[in-house]
Amino acid sequence: MNISDYISIFAIVFVMFNGILGSVLVVIYGERKVLARLQQRIGPSRTGPWGILQTLADAVKLVLKEDIRPQNSDRIIFYLAPLIIFTPIFMLWVVLPFGSGLVLGDIDLGLFYVSALLGLSVVGMVAAGWSSNSKYAMLGSARSAAQLISYELPLILSILSVGLFAQLFTDNPFNLSSIVNAQAGLPFIFVMPLAFVLFLIGGLAETARIPFDIPHADEEIVGGAFVEYSGIRWGAFQLSEYTGLITMAFLASILFLGGWSGPFSDKFVWLQPFYISSKTAFIILLAFWIRAPLPRLRIDQLMAFAWKAIIPISFANFILVSLVVFIGDRISLPIFQIQLILGLLNLISMIALAYLLTSRRKRRLAVYRERWGEK
Amino acid sequence: METKATVIRDENSETAELRINMGPQHPATHGVFRMVLTLDGERVVTVEPHIGYLHRGSEKLTEGENFQQITTLFDRLDYISNFNNEWVYVRTVERAMEVEIPERAEFIRIILGELNRIASHFLFYGTYGLDIGAMNPVMIGFRERERIQALFEGVSGARMMHNYFRVGGVKEDLPDGFVPAINALLEHLKKGYEDAKNILTESEIFIERTAGIGALDAERTLDYGVTGPVLRAAGVDYDIRKADPYSMYSDLDFSVPLGSHGDCYDRYMVRMLEIEQSIKIIEQCIRRLPDGPIQGKVSRILRPPEGDFFVHGENPRGDLGVYLVSTGGTVRPYRLKIRGPSFSNLMALSSMMEGAYLADSTVILGSLDIVLGEVDR
Repeated sequence: MNISDYISIFAIVFVMFNGILGSVLVVIYGERKVLARLQQRIGPSRTGPWGILQTLADAVKLVLKEDIRPQNSDRIIFYLAPLIIFTPIFMLWVVLPFGSGLVLGDIDLGLFYVSALLGLSVVGMVAAGWSSNSKYAMLGSARSAAQLISYELPLILSILSVGLFAQLFTDNPFNLSSIVNAQAGLPFIFVMPLAFVLFLIGGLAETARIPFDIPHADEEIVGGAFVEYSGIRWGAFQLSEYTGLITMAFLASILFLGGWSGPFSDKFVWLQPFYISSKTAFIILLAFWIRAPLPRLRIDQLMAFAWKAIIPISFANFILVSLVVFIGDRISLPIFQIQLILGLLNLISMIALAYLLTSRRKRRLAVYRERWGEK
Repeated sequence: METKATVIRDENSETAELRINMGPQHPATHGVFRMVLTLDGERVVTVEPHIGYLHRGSEKLTEGENFQQITTLFDRLDYISNFNNEWVYVRTVERAMEVEIPERAEFIRIILGELNRIASHFLFYGTYGLDIGAMNPVMIGFRERERIQALFEGVSGARMMHNYFRVGGVKEDLPDGFVPAINALLEHLKKGYEDAKNILTESEIFIERTAGIGALDAERTLDYGVTGPVLRAAGVDYDIRKADPYSMYSDLDFSVPLGSHGDCYDRYMVRMLEIEQSIKIIEQCIRRLPDGPIQGKVSRILRPPEGDFFVHGENPRGDLGVYLVSTGGTVRPYRLKIRGPSFSNLMALSSMMEGAYLADSTVILGSLDIVLGEVDR
């Protein structure tokens, strides 16, 4: 490598990094505006036109704030923890494709790389909580360790089932670009809606958003692992959290929504980044929408939900996909028939699950309606 | 429903209990309340409530004020239901001096007192949603409370610290256009109440978080001297408006919602249904609101006769009692003791919280709906 290679790498990383920072600012502004609309408020409106400079002003404030370290905290780990959380989330973006060929490192084991890096953020959370020498922070980090580990399983299982299904189309099923190419005909959400829903639930829990925001429940443990951080270090946590949200949404659009493909995306290449970012924005909007009205679960309910419901369903889904793919491949069915069968099976199981859930809800509500007289 | 998880322990590993300090600066303690929790993992082992961070010596201060001036101190006790506080105090002096109150003043008092109850319950609704982690309820709760406060401002000139009830009546007559304004307000409140109900009452997560949590049975609530919605949630039919009727309440048609399990969900439901009943009471009062004087015959300088007087009334949080000792012929009370519902309800806290999860501690504290201004006085 000569000097110009280094310069071009630096330039690419610089552009990527700042692009992500900028999109985090946009997402935070968007969240505040969308939530405000859902709650009959106006939201940020004073800083710049329509308040668009509000998050920028907040970021500047965070940078200028005093950087405080609690007494008796573990200095090195305390300063390292934001970086430990921050780095893997940004490293993920190396393999995420914005368009055909528009990717920094198109590695063959992209899916493995993604799932390995997704698991790393828990280390940073525990490091932050333990080194702060604060009980609230420690509780928060213990909670996030429990939660992130539990919800990683459904997440990775649904990612794997995508890779499994992509085998039918390509020799390179763990490469993210070939997964997107495999969805040129039919996005995987229509074939595997169950895996998509599991991925969304797992993603919400991994990014610790309501109703899974137990690791930093403001009303109980006041911010959890980050409670002792201030200034730019706290900002780094916040930044990596929102980057995590964007990453999850981006991954969901790559794995299930067909990535960059859309109408005329083959003819006009410049449409591809537009398609993928609007799909990502749609998923992020979904997360905001879920956030507005829902209360938070309790830690035992969260764990029960993970281990008693979500993980068995993910395993069942994984087995279902592998069976269909294996048998379909053996008796060499045409691909669209396999898609049809898998889609139908998924649809049936989703309807069955929805029926089970609603009947459970009805039974529970009946108890309370009876308690309080017919309303 | 009953959350009894089995705790699996490794015999060889050592665990230690963790003492954490919740408050006085904590987002979910509704003011400056502090509790020291001993935790075993996520479970609460013991709770030590520490109160007194907001102590202003209100009871002692009353001994240095004239009887007319004391109303302002009562405004600042339970600052969410100011009219109800003023009302109980004013009634104490009225009983001591045996004052006749004109009917119009009584109806004005009931309308304002019940509106204040609705405002207080809407505030409870909002903050309770927030305690559980939902953001929308607080917006609805504050929106409706804001409408009520705007009406209060029109009547008394102030949004919270009204100083509007006087011994013998009220300060001044209702403003012009009050009746249409309150009719419009009631329509808004009914809509807001439906909005509020739709978000939380049948939400599955909300039921999971509150049902079976912090349950107190009827016997224990009575032992602790708990009153108000917390008592009625346990199934005890005790509402002072019915049990010891004052003002015009015995003429009005309303019912007292009762719970059966005494858990956080029942407390929430009792408060929500009380909003309905209060709206019903106000509607009756508006229909019957007579013309006439708003102030009874009272001397300019209040000098209650010698004796002890006790009056209590149904506040949004429970039984507010005022015990007045007057030496006779003086313009100041000799001693004035306040029995605050928040304070008494808070005493049941540790027995509700022990064994619950840490996340439940804020849910239980929120379900008591305390106001620290009254706990610490």
